[in-house]
Amino acid sequence: MLRFIVRRLLVTIPTILVVISITWVLIKLAPGNFYSGEKPLSPAVEKSIREKYGLDKPWYQQYGKTMWTIVRHLDFGTSLKYEGQSVNTIIKRSFPVSAAVGILAYLLALIVGITAGSIAALKQNSKWDYTSMALAMLGISVPNFVLGPILVLIFSLGLYWLPPARWEGFPSRNLILPVLTLSAIYMAYIARLTRAGMLEVLRSDYIRTARAKGLSERDVVLKHALRGGLMPVVSYTGPALAFLLTGTVVVERIFALPGLGNYFIQASLNRDEPLIIGIVAFIAITLLFMNLLVDIAYAYLDPRVRYQ
Amino acid sequence: MATEKKPEHDELIHIGPEMAVAEADVHPDEAGAFVRGTSLWRDAWRRLLKNKLAVFGLVVVIVVTIASIIGPTVIEHTFGFTPDFIPASNPKLTRSMPPFKGPDNEFSWLHPMGTDNAGRDQFARVLQGGQISLFVGILSTLVSLLIGVSYGAIAGYIGGRIDNVMMRIVDVLYSLPYVIVVIVLLSMFRSQTPRGQLTLLFIALGSVSWLTMARIVRGQILSLKNQEFVLAARATGVSAPRIIFRHLVPNTLGPVIVYATLTIPQIMLTEAFLSFLGFGVQAPLASWGSLAADGITNIAVFPWQLIFPGATMALTLFSLNFLGDGLRDALDPQMRTV
Repeated sequence: MLRFIVRRLLVTIPTILVVISITWVLIKLAPGNFYSGEKPLSPAVEKSIREKYGLDKPWYQQYGKTMWTIVRHLDFGTSLKYEGQSVNTIIKRSFPVSAAVGILAYLLALIVGITAGSIAALKQNSKWDYTSMALAMLGISVPNFVLGPILVLIFSLGLYWLPPARWEGFPSRNLILPVLTLSAIYMAYIARLTRAGMLEVLRSDYIRTARAKGLSERDVVLKHALRGGLMPVVSYTGPALAFLLTGTVVVERIFALPGLGNYFIQASLNRDEPLIIGIVAFIAITLLFMNLLVDIAYAYLDPRVRYQ
Repeated sequence: MATEKKPEHDELIHIGPEMAVAEADVHPDEAGAFVRGTSLWRDAWRRLLKNKLAVFGLVVVIVVTIASIIGPTVIEHTFGFTPDFIPASNPKLTRSMPPFKGPDNEFSWLHPMGTDNAGRDQFARVLQGGQISLFVGILSTLVSLLIGVSYGAIAGYIGGRIDNVMMRIVDVLYSLPYVIVVIVLLSMFRSQTPRGQLTLLFIALGSVSWLTMARIVRGQILSLKNQEFVLAARATGVSAPRIIFRHLVPNTLGPVIVYATLTIPQIMLTEAFLSFLGFGVQAPLASWGSLAADGITNIAVFPWQLIFPGATMALTLFSLNFLGDGLRDALDPQMRTV
């Protein structure tokens, strides 16, 4: 197990460097510059800007300097548009917002999805099964940028129950609509995965054994079937986290939340190079470590999985 | 001697294992043509037709596709306006009237989905947006198909260390936040022309969505490559690329078609997401995502500007997903999982 973790870490670190390098190359290859605006700058001003940001140096020196500060100090530099703010501060401030929405959404999706999926599997081909699977298909098909505004339309503009947008600290009513919007598609996927996993497990020999030795249906389902039936859900968590991050981009946009995704979009539109690189690197690091955690959890949950 | 007989062997091998069994069904007039009979495909088609939801999906997809392709032209010929026609005479408020109401508030089918802020007919715009959305979805899927099938087939057939390295690369790419990289790509290389941006969009989408396809094809190839017909082909001196693309890949078509059908809605969703954020299609072109993005600004006053493009898109994705599920059940009854 330890060897597996060490080996994965050895792959993870170069991967992160590659992601940062790809982003850097994309930014440098792109035509134009972050300082070029509507009006052309006078050559003297342009020269001083280029000197200030080290753009007059050859590309390998720029690349080397960027990578070195990142690797050596985990420092992504200062934002070009949010003046006087370091990229690290912006990430530190905005990540908790995204994490709060994302984690709540995934938890909600797990609870609802697993419940619905298990019921659908236990009562296969009943009306419960068909209803929850049709709803799940709907959840997969309705884009979150359509669902979010419709929820706002109903609950904020129609019924006046919930605030339509803005961030007001962690436990607040403002979070309900963003979390619902974000979790819909994961609920749907998890329900489908749970149903499929449970259907397969319920037919397996060890469930027959459990029933044969006289366990109550409750124990058979909760103690034996769920553990095996949820394996697809566990392995889905890795990719889900990736999509959760992109999902938050839209949700933060719709509900005007000051999260990582919103800053990332702003940075891309403003061509705020250090901020783009910083957020991409941060997301890549989070994602790769979460994937590692998922793999470790997998090995603990499923005794048949052995990593070398 | 072996070289003289090669074409004959080749023909035999082309038929493949499951087709050879069906030889008894060959009608005299069909002899020599590709053997059909009770083939895998006809069986699958019959099973698909039994699945009501899949048939519903198929019908909706066909209707939406045809409507998107010919709709704007038909509207232009019957009512005389194009999707980007902005009426000059109507005052702004009546132009934004709800659906089914004409300028004098009487019932009218003139704008069944209402109009947008500029007075453009929403129905025509949704149909035109459908063209772009479907086009991007299908073309990007083809790009991902091309890359994924070749990559997976080559890795699976060669095997050994090369396979190991190739699949490791896929594993690593899997864990990357690719949508984030696509956003960087699209925003940095923002094209000056809408057409250029569209090209950039489908290349970007296609080149990041081939990973699962590569895995599926590799798995299929691994199970196929030790079968007799491959051995026979190799024994008669067929080259490796020919074995891969003429003998192995055609046998993986079932899962490939199923997965491609399920990739289209995924890519359309990503395209809509990118267009919604303003990185995808650019005006004057529109896709369902960019129409929804336009609609969201007026949601409190003119909610239908969001609801109609959104609902059309959801219905299409819903149908494509059902069709994909149905195809999977039909083509591979053992694969009935998610």
